[in-house]
Amino acid sequence: SSELFTLTYGALVTQLCKDYENDEDVNKQLDKILFSPFLPRGYNIGVRLIEDFLARSNVGRCHDFRETADVIAKVAFKMYLGITPSITNWSPAGDEFSLILENNPLVDFVELPDNHSSLIYSNLLCGVLRGALEMVQMAVEAKFVQDTLKGDGVTEIRMRFIRRIEDNLPAGEE
Amino acid sequence: MADEALFLLLHNEMVSGVYKSAEQGEVENGRCITKLENMGFRVGQGLIERFTKDTARFKDELDIMKFICKDFWTTVFKKQIDNLRTNHQGIYVLQDNKFRLLTQMSAGKQYLEHASKYLAFTCGLIRGGLSNLGIKSIVTAEVSSMPACKLNSHFLNV
Repeated sequence: SSELFTLTYGALVTQLCKDYENDEDVNKQLDKILFSPFLPRGYNIGVRLIEDFLARSNVGRCHDFRETADVIAKVAFKMYLGITPSITNWSPAGDEFSLILENNPLVDFVELPDNHSSLIYSNLLCGVLRGALEMVQMAVEAKFVQDTLKGDGVTEIRMRFIRRIEDNLPAGEE
Repeated sequence: MADEALFLLLHNEMVSGVYKSAEQGEVENGRCITKLENMGFRVGQGLIERFTKDTARFKDELDIMKFICKDFWTTVFKKQIDNLRTNHQGIYVLQDNKFRLLTQMSAGKQYLEHASKYLAFTCGLIRGGLSNLGIKSIVTAEVSSMPACKLNSHFLNV
């Protein structure tokens, strides 16, 4: 049931807020900053989730970022969170887009108290997206630009393609 | 609707996260199980509120435990508890022969020493659920061979 996941995520964020005094550290805990001494929670989940996703969804290799965007919104989000975000705001170069979530299941029953106004509550999602895409050779950046918890009308995640990750072959192999 | 895989991964990540921060010296080792149990407690309280909104009053404690074993367990872990035993004096033993959070780990004795970490959250879940139904309890777990586990609830107001 989705409530189990929502409530568990809430308990996790609450615990992290107790452990780390400022919201910035909690945000980092939820996502991951490269080389950060903090623990990469969302990222770790993403790295494993992609295997489950590929095994169950029968989706083939994506040829470009647009296809990737479609698969993320229409297949992955639907499979794991039961929602289908819309894809908008493509950059002219085709390397950035926004995912718009009308409602975010992670924040059912949640309100942000005033002393935690800079907490990016759903930051786990950004880590998951980054970790999962890295396993299919894409380095991306994901961040929240609008958040219904902060009073915005919708929740918007901005995805930016950084580069394709080439497999490094050991020296001597071609 | 959030897929079961998501919850499993989140739970495993929480366990490893709590223990990693213990390694870095921020938290003593014994506190990790307590943290996980407390998180489970909060979740149990919330879940039981939502699940029992429309159900009838429970006749007695046995009724409550049956609810936990059937409806609650099914909603959370997609199966029922396999065996419930009680001494009718406040001690209940729930047995799950294929505990969802352990099936991916091992089928037997391998990694037995780590099993308690993965049961802490669930012990809290039961304790939290019971707490919001008016029962103070202590819940502990025993694993002798994965993926089977026994959860012992000891009711305190009896």
